[in-house]
Amino acid sequence: MRKLIPAPAPLPSDAATRHSAPHDSAVAHVTGRAIYVDDLPAHARMGYLAVGLSPHAHARLDGLTLDAVRQSPGVIDVITAADIPGRNEVGAVYPGDPLLAERELRYAGQPVFAVVATDLVSARRAVDKAVIHATPLPASLDAVEAIAQGLTVLPVHHHERATPLDRGSAMKNNTQTREAPGEAPAASHCVSGTLSIGGQEHFYLEGQIAQAEALDDDGIRILTSSQHPSEVQKLVAEVLDRPLHSIVAEVRRMGGGFGGKESQAAALGAMAALAAARNHCTVRFRLPRRDDMLMTGKRHPFETHYEVTTDDRGILRDTTISLIGNCGHSPDLSEGVVDRAMFHADNAYYLGNARVTGHRAMTHTASNTAFRGFGGPQGMMPIEAAMDDIARRLGLDPLDVRKRNLYTDQKDETHYGQRLDQHLIGPLIDQLEKQSDYRHRRQAITAFNQENPIIKRGLALTPVKFGISFTAQHLNQAGALLAIYTDGSVLINHGGTEMGQGLHTKVCQIVARVFDIPLGRVRISATRTDKVPNTSPTAASSGADLNGMAARDAALTLRARLLDLAAEQYRQPRDSLTFSDGQLIADGWSMPWEALIQAAYLKRVPLSATGFYSTPTIHYDKTTGKGHPFFYYAYGAAVSEVEIDTLTGEHRLRRVDILHDVGDSLNPAIDRGQIEGGFIQGAGWLTTEELKWDDKGTLLTTGPATYKIPAYSDTPPVFNVALLEGHPCSQATIYRSKAVGEPPFMLALSVWSALRDALSSLTNYTTSPALDVPATPERILLAVEAIKSASTPAACPEGADHG
Amino acid sequence: MLSFTLNDHPVQCKSPAPETSALTLLRTTLGQCGTKEGCASGDCGACTITITSPEAPGRYKSVNACILPAHQLAGCHVTTVEGLAKETQLHPVQQAMVEHHASQCGFCTPGIVMSLYALYENRQEVDMVDDSHLDHRIEQALSGNLCRCTGYRPIRDAARAVMTTPSGPRPAQDKAPVPPAVSTARDYLLPTSLSDLHACLARHPDAPLVAGGTDLMVEANARLRTFDTLIDLTRLPELKQIMPLQEGWYIGGGVTFEALLPLAEKHYPALAELLYRLGSRQIREQATVGGNIANASPIGDTPPIWLALNAELILDGLSGERRLPLDEFFTGYRTTVLGAGNYIKALILPSLARHQALWVWKLSKRRDDDISAVLMAASATVTGDRLDHVRIAFGGMAATPARAPALEQVLEGHRLTAARLAMARQALAEEFTPLDDVRASSTYRRIAAGNLIERLYWHLNAVPGHKELTHA
Ligand SMILES: Cc1cc2nc3c(=O)[nH]c(=O)nc-3n(C[C@H](O)[C@H](O)[C@H](O)COP(=O)(O)OP(=O)(O)OC[C@H]3O[C@@H](n4cnc5c(N)ncnc54)[C@H](O)[C@@H]3O)c2cc1C
Ligand code: FES
Ligand code: FES
Repeated sequence: MRKLIPAPAPLPSDAATRHSAPHDSAVAHVTGRAIYVDDLPAHARMGYLAVGLSPHAHARLDGLTLDAVRQSPGVIDVITAADIPGRNEVGAVYPGDPLLAERELRYAGQPVFAVVATDLVSARRAVDKAVIHATPLPASLDAVEAIAQGLTVLPVHHHERATPLDRGSAMKNNTQTREAPGEAPAASHCVSGTLSIGGQEHFYLEGQIAQAEALDDDGIRILTSSQHPSEVQKLVAEVLDRPLHSIVAEVRRMGGGFGGKESQAAALGAMAALAAARNHCTVRFRLPRRDDMLMTGKRHPFETHYEVTTDDRGILRDTTISLIGNCGHSPDLSEGVVDRAMFHADNAYYLGNARVTGHRAMTHTASNTAFRGFGGPQGMMPIEAAMDDIARRLGLDPLDVRKRNLYTDQKDETHYGQRLDQHLIGPLIDQLEKQSDYRHRRQAITAFNQENPIIKRGLALTPVKFGISFTAQHLNQAGALLAIYTDGSVLINHGGTEMGQGLHTKVCQIVARVFDIPLGRVRISATRTDKVPNTSPTAASSGADLNGMAARDAALTLRARLLDLAAEQYRQPRDSLTFSDGQLIADGWSMPWEALIQAAYLKRVPLSATGFYSTPTIHYDKTTGKGHPFFYYAYGAAVSEVEIDTLTGEHRLRRVDILHDVGDSLNPAIDRGQIEGGFIQGAGWLTTEELKWDDKGTLLTTGPATYKIPAYSDTPPVFNVALLEGHPCSQATIYRSKAVGEPPFMLALSVWSALRDALSSLTNYTTSPALDVPATPERILLAVEAIKSASTPAACPEGADHG
Repeated sequence: MLSFTLNDHPVQCKSPAPETSALTLLRTTLGQCGTKEGCASGDCGACTITITSPEAPGRYKSVNACILPAHQLAGCHVTTVEGLAKETQLHPVQQAMVEHHASQCGFCTPGIVMSLYALYENRQEVDMVDDSHLDHRIEQALSGNLCRCTGYRPIRDAARAVMTTPSGPRPAQDKAPVPPAVSTARDYLLPTSLSDLHACLARHPDAPLVAGGTDLMVEANARLRTFDTLIDLTRLPELKQIMPLQEGWYIGGGVTFEALLPLAEKHYPALAELLYRLGSRQIREQATVGGNIANASPIGDTPPIWLALNAELILDGLSGERRLPLDEFFTGYRTTVLGAGNYIKALILPSLARHQALWVWKLSKRRDDDISAVLMAASATVTGDRLDHVRIAFGGMAATPARAPALEQVLEGHRLTAARLAMARQALAEEFTPLDDVRASSTYRRIAAGNLIERLYWHLNAVPGHKELTHA
């Protein structure tokens, strides 16, 4: 430029408020000015896309009669698999997810053909006029049966530790107990159980959507609501058979993702791009809620079995856990999901001799996918169930059994060989136990239950230890692009996407912190694959860890350049120069940020830089089932108090206390929001959110009228949330913070455990009632009925004592 | 032509097709995209807007735009999230939401802001002084807004903070004059008098009627249904009347559940408790007494109550006016005696007699904004321990809302003792073969319905200790 913009006056200091800065879009959210893809102004020639879905869970596709569709008013184009110029495949990791079905229909809800019309309603009306000719085939609809029949999407995997013995058969007939070699023989108790765990619909408030624009140079621009724009770019390129550099994917914000837009959004982008390329126009593809729920994958339902032996104090000796993940019809991300379930089968406990098996069942349902926790929540449930069972067997408070089994500095190696380097969970639980007044409340609840015939209360404290990193090593990398303009304003771009978790706010804070300038000077722009290429999904809670580091790297590069310049230009010793509160300062000398930038420009210092980060020290060997898959662990614990009505199975969450470890928080307000939101989402999964299919495998719960996520009044009246103070992350993470997206989800297991506690009170805490999830009023009532009708007070499920 | 006021600006647009929702009109025709679509079925609240109708100019109704017939905007003041901030000055509700970190992804936020805006603008001075019911009022206001991100705690804090802060001097009447309620549509008829209505019915005997639209529009959206003609019942003052009668109350067929609440709170507290959980605030602002009955769903919440209270209907229309006990209205699964060209004019609701009690218990998967799995409404006079005039009706147990005569008979003239309870359970078990659907299995419904009689037993036999879940 010929003439510089006048340097603006420095902004007032925000040092006091920057730490808990509000979401960068908060004002846009509350005023309705925040734009989501469906809010973009319509282009002059715009097509709207709708898809025809398979009515069968499994069938041979014999043909399509689409004449009436083509003739339907407003129709611009009708697309089938035969029209795909490149690969008909949008699978994230393994093949198996065709963009449009070809020859075989593999789940009810699978897209079979697409219609582009002048408006969405016309497209949807046209879709209804198609005839899908298909011959139904036997469908796999039960995960346990699928495993029995060898129907899997990927092979079985094991984690095994210590004494190789045929534990499975030894335990099955309950006739003998094995001691670890060298241990004195002691009393041994065996408990076992099965637990069926339901899936979960993401129910992001903004449904899946993408818009593709055909550019004049054979390029395609896709505006997508995706957690993984680089994958959208890649799959569009493959479907269209075009090079990656001709495709750009862009995400400004999502109206919620939760994992549901990690791999599942790509199909929409690819479909819209294909339609846009064919018709040289802009095409918007938004799934109505019903189609979204039918078509896209959900949290994996799991069928689990556990068998453990303990000593008289309830300390685990042997643990056998079998996990069957219901993956749906294709692999999608199920490899990682079931792996993560296995990695979390210990939750926070030392399992003793352990054997953890992960199966990946193929069923003819939508391909299940990432969802906050990524298998971790399901993986933790069997051992948490066992903790309660052991307590009932031995007449102990479940909290004491949990505490006795926690990892300690002596017992610090997980069943997959990673050693814990931070022993936070014990002290954290002790602190929460006090803060929440657990012991007094336990007494009060026992007394309450003795006095009240109908209403029963329950209390439980459960811990969380959650491993942070992508389990696929190469994804643990990130890039950023930083630009400083001549008025001192800063623009940061990175590979992460904003879905409400506050990532952009945190990244802006990090950049502001490097230069110590007010947050108002830093702005973030939409995530675009042409700014930062080859990005990883914003997932695995790693968004701030990875992208924050990359942004910091870029900022440090520029910081060094600016300091070099200042040292030279103003003859200040470089070591004495620091950035402070919007100024560059040295002894007795200072200069406003804005002036410094102008000087740098005039001195021809490059004012943009890229940044990069890759997570060190992680590895995992799949053949041995051993390694160090996680950079670090995040910890937390929650105490939940519930009340059930034994006549109806209705229940309420009365009070929740949480203590959670985020290392040194990047933004306490945002972190608290993640903890609370994750907890309530977890509580929904465990109680009211029930997916139901008919006996032919068609999903019945296809909207919020029948699928019930938590509503306002489900939030507990008392909800105390605290961040663990004074424990920076032991690893060199971004400002020693820890990831916070997923771990709090699993704090909600305390709700389920508390419900079991309330049920257990019906037998004066002598039995440990099974409670599959979601624990709907129906499940609770049936559990109550089962307890009532058991004529004699039953012993622990299935087990028998050995002495 | 359709005209109304949108965020203080007059709007005139081409008459939309009868089934068009206010949300489509706003987002597509008018390009106002602040209001979001999360479900198009009235369940999520992302599309919440407020309307102030000509009849009640000071009152802000929060409604779901996705299931509001666009034509019902005629002559109203409509406020959307775009209309709250004045230049850079946020509305106090918006300010509180920002300060309390109450948005994450932001997609639910416009709806939440609008629900709180309605609560804020409707609040009376007394509400700020006596805030003992504040949490209840906030809960009611937000009962129809789902948020998947925040867990609601920061929203609760924002609401508590802003509702207890006195508003500064309010701009006296900053509202633009409301254009006259014109809707010249030929296919969406908005009669304003009964004679008008009868003329419409005579001309279009087969045209569907629409009141709140909370059933009809949901179906229209889901099935992409179109209508040649709709006859709208919302501009008929006669249908909105609530009047005392000698035997009880005359409740117009077009009375919304929100409008019914004050009467219920005063005279039928058990009904009020149910209404707090019927749909959500947005639904109750629209849903009508007549629509709930005419819809003839086996899981409609109010018909069992009206049956238990021995209510009657006044029907009118092409077949002339007649009075009919509600017992005789439902003929089968979603069928009634009401023929084409007829409508429910009013419900005649008897007053509670001396010693007469009413119990209403709704069971659903989620406490708020959920359809019942089972609903039991029971009424009896209780003298000493003895039950007389027992009337018990259920929803969710049969193809129609239905009374349980055998059960009533077991209880009639008796004390509900443990032995009687067993007989009552038996009678009930023989009376119904309940539904098996996504909301609950028939097993659950059977056991839970029996247990609701047990709940009645605990209520009648005052035993110390909790009888029902506490709700803070
Ligand atoms: C999100 C949501 C939640 C809901 N929750 C509940 C709930 O908890 N409990 C419950 O019971 N219901 C619930 N409903 C259903 C619905 O709100 C009620 O049935 C409501 O009372 C219908 O009234 P309306 O005026 O909106 O009917 P409309 O949709 O206008 O009409 C419904 C039917 O009744 C006819 N009709 C309307 N008024 C009359 C009249 N005066 N005379 C003759 N026919 C008439 C119409 O022609 C139409 O066929 C819910 C609906 C939604 C969308
Ligand atoms: S869009 Fe969900 S209630 Fe209207
Ligand atoms: S902030 Fe995302 S749904 Fe409420």
